[in-house]
Amino acid sequence: MKLKTLLICIAVLVVLILTPFYLKTYGVHLLTTWLIFIIATMGLNLTIGYAGQKSLGQAAFFGIGAYTVAIFLKLGLSFWIGLPVGALICFFAGVLLGFPALRVQTIYLAFATLGFNTAVWLIMRNEEWLTGGTFGMNNVPRPTLLDFNLDNNRNYYFIVLAVTLVMGLLLWGLIKSPWGKSFTALRDNPIRAESLGIHVRNYTLMSFAIGAGYAGIAGGLYASLVQFIDPSLFTVGSSIMMYLMVVVGGPGYFLGPLLGSAVGVVLPEWLRFAQAWYLFIFGTAVILLMIWLPDGLLSIPERIRARKLAKEASDARARDAKRMQEQTTNGEATA
Amino acid sequence: MSGLATGSIYALAALGFTLLWQASGTINFAQGEFVMLPAFVMIIFMQMDISFIGSVALTCIVAVIVLGWLFKRGLVDPLFKYGMMPIVVATIGLSIAMRNGVRAGYSAQPLNFPSIFPADLYHIAGVTISNSDIGTFVMALVLVLLTQTFITKTVTGRAMQAVAQNTESAAVLGINVPRMIFYTFAINALLAVAAALLVTPTYLAKFDMGESLGNKAFFAAIIGGFNNSNGALLGGLLVGVCENLAAAYISPAYKDAVALIIFMVVILFKPQGLLGRREERKV
Amino acid sequence: MSTHLNQRQPVLRVENLCKSYGAIQAVGGVSFEVMPGEIFGVIGPNGSGKTTLFNSMLGQITPNSGRIELNGQDVTRLGPLELNHLGVGRTFQTLQVFGKMSVRDNLIVAAQEHHGSMLSRIFAPTDSGLGDKADQLINLFNMGHVAHKKAGELSYGQQKLVDIAMAFMSEPALVLLDEPCAGVNPSLVGGISKLLKELNHKQGGSFVVIEHNMDFVMDLCHRIMVMVEGRVLAIGTPGEIRANKEVLEAYLGS
Repeated sequence: MKLKTLLICIAVLVVLILTPFYLKTYGVHLLTTWLIFIIATMGLNLTIGYAGQKSLGQAAFFGIGAYTVAIFLKLGLSFWIGLPVGALICFFAGVLLGFPALRVQTIYLAFATLGFNTAVWLIMRNEEWLTGGTFGMNNVPRPTLLDFNLDNNRNYYFIVLAVTLVMGLLLWGLIKSPWGKSFTALRDNPIRAESLGIHVRNYTLMSFAIGAGYAGIAGGLYASLVQFIDPSLFTVGSSIMMYLMVVVGGPGYFLGPLLGSAVGVVLPEWLRFAQAWYLFIFGTAVILLMIWLPDGLLSIPERIRARKLAKEASDARARDAKRMQEQTTNGEATA
Repeated sequence: MSGLATGSIYALAALGFTLLWQASGTINFAQGEFVMLPAFVMIIFMQMDISFIGSVALTCIVAVIVLGWLFKRGLVDPLFKYGMMPIVVATIGLSIAMRNGVRAGYSAQPLNFPSIFPADLYHIAGVTISNSDIGTFVMALVLVLLTQTFITKTVTGRAMQAVAQNTESAAVLGINVPRMIFYTFAINALLAVAAALLVTPTYLAKFDMGESLGNKAFFAAIIGGFNNSNGALLGGLLVGVCENLAAAYISPAYKDAVALIIFMVVILFKPQGLLGRREERKV
Repeated sequence: MSTHLNQRQPVLRVENLCKSYGAIQAVGGVSFEVMPGEIFGVIGPNGSGKTTLFNSMLGQITPNSGRIELNGQDVTRLGPLELNHLGVGRTFQTLQVFGKMSVRDNLIVAAQEHHGSMLSRIFAPTDSGLGDKADQLINLFNMGHVAHKKAGELSYGQQKLVDIAMAFMSEPALVLLDEPCAGVNPSLVGGISKLLKELNHKQGGSFVVIEHNMDFVMDLCHRIMVMVEGRVLAIGTPGEIRANKEVLEAYLGS
């Protein structure tokens, strides 16, 4: 990794560790939410950004993870078992969701994921014996970890931060491994990829499964954060927001979810000073952002580089043209 | 039945959806808001003491300019070559902006809206039907059929079809592709105005009226078949009727879930919609 | 039962391959063999069924009847994935590189799934140990100066070279090249011919090449098959084909 990138990462880490000490409860809560959504959108980024699939159902997995943890805690079982179990359920559900992806394309795949999200939401809403139906589940406790008091929001933040870092490093490792290239090949040219021996089917399923698993972990952490969950948090609308976060941050860029989640979670809060207009400004900001940077916020360095290259090329052309002109005038003069 | 009436409103919005998709590959998540805005624009014009008919006419013009031309040039054209993702997200942002812009800029309260039909009720075979139900259904049907006829029978319409099916060939044939696409957007805008006229009297004008309508229309379009204009009609009517039946015989709480359930069933068995054509994986 | 002691088994044997689209018979009873290390050209006027033949051989479409054998094994109904693992490589008529990856990564991904399981690949190094191989090919193709650029940023001719290089990364026993010179600057055609000859020499694989550029085909191929209207008109050495009156007629006559 380049030295510059490493320094930036360390700087960001330091900021992340120190900031909660300067914030009040609300600020810590917001920061924790941001981290949780980073995990969820990292997973979605793998599915739609790196593997080029369409998924408008991430909130369903978020919800499955949340409800699994809530149910486990209600049954008196440990959070630390509920969390991986939720992730595993999501993983296998993600594989299931990947199957339509093998058969239908683009927009119809998006619809299928919407259908999935809807199905899960309906189950959440109606199966009162399991999920509390529309009343949701309240009094979800914080997890217990040794002697730490995780009811303290700052402590819980650090736990979430640790999980986020672990998930991030795991994803980084995956992207750097040959899997990363296989996903990209699958995204950019699945026909060629298959003729090169890449198991396009399996990688497609995996992209959904892993993305789902990440959302499951995020959901579990979220349940204990807000301590009250109901189906309205996991609608198609939420999936669409997560999709927005990935696209705005930059699909296929590793750190895209950081920025995207910031836009989706933190930005609306910052805009509250504008009172009634804050969502209007948010919506307009999203539109302008997309028009200006269709490849997401993290495409800025690339655009600057492309513009620089284009300028160098046109400068070179101008120089050549000028030189040719001088040569011909000299030629004429001497002729 | 009023189910048909509601359904035909969904059909109008859904038709716009499918037209936009076919012509430009755009999924417009702001379609519901596209219906909401004309409603408010008409109210504003009427508050300026312009006659109802005049307001409608003016709104049509405004809609074509803003929801048609401005939308196309400002949002769709620049993002077109970047694929579906940026456009989808931009329309999401647009729907948020429109919804909250109206809420903050005009009113968060529901407002009254005049109906174009006289308020009579008929009692036939034990069922109560209102004049506006019939009128809505008939008018929507007429509009949908009109649009269909325009597209299939006129030269311009056929050119639009050509553009929708194969943009490159159409361009080679000398068809003015951008203009054809604009016409599609313009028709969508006008259909939205019509939908506003039909739905607002009953459900009142409110900044979030677009949300549920847009969702239902979206599902209706998918149910009917996203690449088939007739599908929009079928999907819309199906959803409208089933919703009403569910509300009457099962429970009103389930009304919203109906569209979702039908949607899911269709997606499972026929993802391209009831009337949709299978789109093959392109080699 | 062979009667010649020296007869090698053909790498590819196609027997009576037929493929029809409705009433149109694109390929009608084509049979030929390709020996190990041989460069086998396929030429014919447009519409003679060459691409359909290719696509059938590559598992992209299923033939109506006939048999395709790879080193004696029946591969008629296998798809592109299985064929790749059995040692078949190909290039496409239209450019098919991975534009957002660097040239070097394009080459690495072209061979990384040839062996091993998906699970093991999670723990493998980034280049799957193929870095040296990729560098070798990059040097052979004279692309050292663009190796780290994104493939999509290169010129058409350069991308075509990447495309070809990708097919050779896994050292396949059989490579099918679909019009490798299409759209390429005429000055580069000789270079491609030289590269293919070198790869043939180095890796020892057999090639089947569709091309319209006659000079290229005559110079490069050991044997050539002429197809007309879905059938085989002639198979022979370049010299034989050039002298074949029927072939001349087929190209100039109709």
